Amino acid sequence: MSDNVDTSTAPRLIGKPASAVSRLFESKQLGWAAFAIAVVFPFVIANNYAMNIATTAVIFVLLASGLNMVVGYCGLLDLGYIAFMAVGAYTAGIVSKAFELPILYTIPAVIIMCILSGLVIGGPTLRLRSDYLAIVTLGFGEIIRLTANNLDITGGPSGIYGIPGIELFGLDLSAPVSFYYFCVVVVALLVLGSARLGKSRLGRAWRFVREDEDAAEAMGIHTYKVKLAAYIFGAVWGGFGGLLFAAHLSAISPQSFVFLQSALVLMAVVLGGMGNTRGVVVGAVVISLMPELLRDMGNLRYVIFGVVLVAMMVLRPQGFWPARAYEPERPVPDIDPPGGGPGKPDGGTRPAARGRRNRGAGDAGADSAKGGAA
Amino acid sequence: MTQLIWNGLFVGSFYALVALGYSMVYGIIKLLNFAHGDIYMLGAFIGFAMLTSVGVIPASLSITALLIVLLLVMISTGAIGVAIERVAYRPLRNSPRLAVLITAVGASFTLEYGVAAMAGPNPRVFPVRLEGQTFDILGARISAPQIVLMVVAVILMLGLNSYVQRTSMGRAMRAIALDPKGSLLMGINVNKVITWTFFIGSALAGAAGVMAGAYYGKIDFLMGFIIGLKAFTAAVIGGIGNIKGAMLGGLLLGLLEAFGSQWLGGQWRDVFTFAVLILFLTLKPTGLLGERVTERV
Repeated sequence: MSDNVDTSTAPRLIGKPASAVSRLFESKQLGWAAFAIAVVFPFVIANNYAMNIATTAVIFVLLASGLNMVVGYCGLLDLGYIAFMAVGAYTAGIVSKAFELPILYTIPAVIIMCILSGLVIGGPTLRLRSDYLAIVTLGFGEIIRLTANNLDITGGPSGIYGIPGIELFGLDLSAPVSFYYFCVVVVALLVLGSARLGKSRLGRAWRFVREDEDAAEAMGIHTYKVKLAAYIFGAVWGGFGGLLFAAHLSAISPQSFVFLQSALVLMAVVLGGMGNTRGVVVGAVVISLMPELLRDMGNLRYVIFGVVLVAMMVLRPQGFWPARAYEPERPVPDIDPPGGGPGKPDGGTRPAARGRRNRGAGDAGADSAKGGAA
Repeated sequence: MTQLIWNGLFVGSFYALVALGYSMVYGIIKLLNFAHGDIYMLGAFIGFAMLTSVGVIPASLSITALLIVLLLVMISTGAIGVAIERVAYRPLRNSPRLAVLITAVGASFTLEYGVAAMAGPNPRVFPVRLEGQTFDILGARISAPQIVLMVVAVILMLGLNSYVQRTSMGRAMRAIALDPKGSLLMGINVNKVITWTFFIGSALAGAAGVMAGAYYGKIDFLMGFIIGLKAFTAAVIGGIGNIKGAMLGGLLLGLLEAFGSQWLGGQWRDVFTFAVLILFLTLKPTGLLGERVTERV
């Protein structure tokens, strides 16, 4: 590695060497450890109540990791994330009941519906300032709920029931423990997928857009496409969450998809540490267990959630377990890949420079005209 | 037909009052204040608390009582708006936009569930119900309280418009909207102006809340959610950041909704509004009177 030192793109040399604690927190084995905990859990407590809560928590982890791609990596605030879960759940429920299919066969339909709804919402909005997305997604979440409430095909206010459980290779996985294991495996794969996406070329582009959209655009990143990709990936993850949710409860109704749920997923991402998959997973587990622990506090617990959100942003905006400030060690190729312009400069993706926009500094993106060109 | 137009304009004037605060705050510090709809809700609940603490109000005095309460509520919601700005938004004035938006969601959450924890999660019946004789004007049934509320709304809007256009504070607001840094250099007390903007915007939203409570007769802690969304739609239709645009957008949205729900059925009203929002963002994101939504680098 010594021949790479003088390339000055090796950011790991910045700052103090990692302490034992921070090495532990960054350890690659942590994912396996979390997986092991999830696998062992039913051996500790396996009554229906515990399995129910654990399955809900695992699905919540999936939602949080999906939202993390949108909010954490790409810096787009999605306030109606639960709507994609609703789209996924309703698509799975309707298709599997209408055609009497096993619920896993509805996956293509779920993916297509989520991509479509992501395009409908993200398409017009992502060309505008990022805060428009926040409020449009807020509206979208509400509209999906109202639509599900009003239509006949979605069963109106009482929703859909009798959705079949998971069946794989002729094995019935609808018993609580086996369904829990199924969820753990699926969610582990999807969480891993989102973490890998975050490290990919696209993921680096997302973080670049989050830090400084104009600079990213000046460096040749098609910011609109990149943002839309983040939004759609988030939508698909949410759709999978919805599918698991439908299979878990076997009944869905519009009341499951209120704004409160979106806010809780957002809370998990923000608390855990935007952009850090491990933090988000921990945050999701904590948030999903919170209603069980604080059951007798009633509405006051949501007041606390609100205050914590504000306090978090004021005092520790990076979350409790923030993303590491630099790229993980990777071999630096001797020859630049052709056209590797946007992929290479890692310097701009450091959260240290978080969004401190350089107003009036240079005219690099002056005519980026994100809205005007639309 | 005339009835639809009148209903649309009447509901639209509520939207316009809420949209004004949205639009003013957005115009000046480029912040989408999600808590704004909840200020409207808070206005309704403060009015409710004041009216119930007074006791039974004779029907002949209900309009007078309502106007007094309206004034008191405007002052208190204005103060709450200022407090939210001070605690939640000011420390983050130079933070990334995402952080501020999340804070705004947190503030909105706190208000909603704070009210739910204090006043209970069930809807409350507003103690003063405006009932009066109705007139037939050009085939539309118009009640006297509707006229009073409409007049109050129009007075508030006209007052705000001349305030922003004529006074030195209004000039300072417009200057900050154009260029905050430049205004600071020119000796404008930017913090004071922003505080004042929050006060006015929140006071208008509170007024709309009381009026809606008195008109619809029922209030609940989530009533600000949809109205916040609609106020944003109204602000976008008119051109966000533009005061006249917010008024125009509010009235227009009221009309669109009246015709839309006549056409599609009442249960689709909010979906229709949202479709209008998406359509506007796609076709004319600057709104009818706005100039540009792109950001200067």
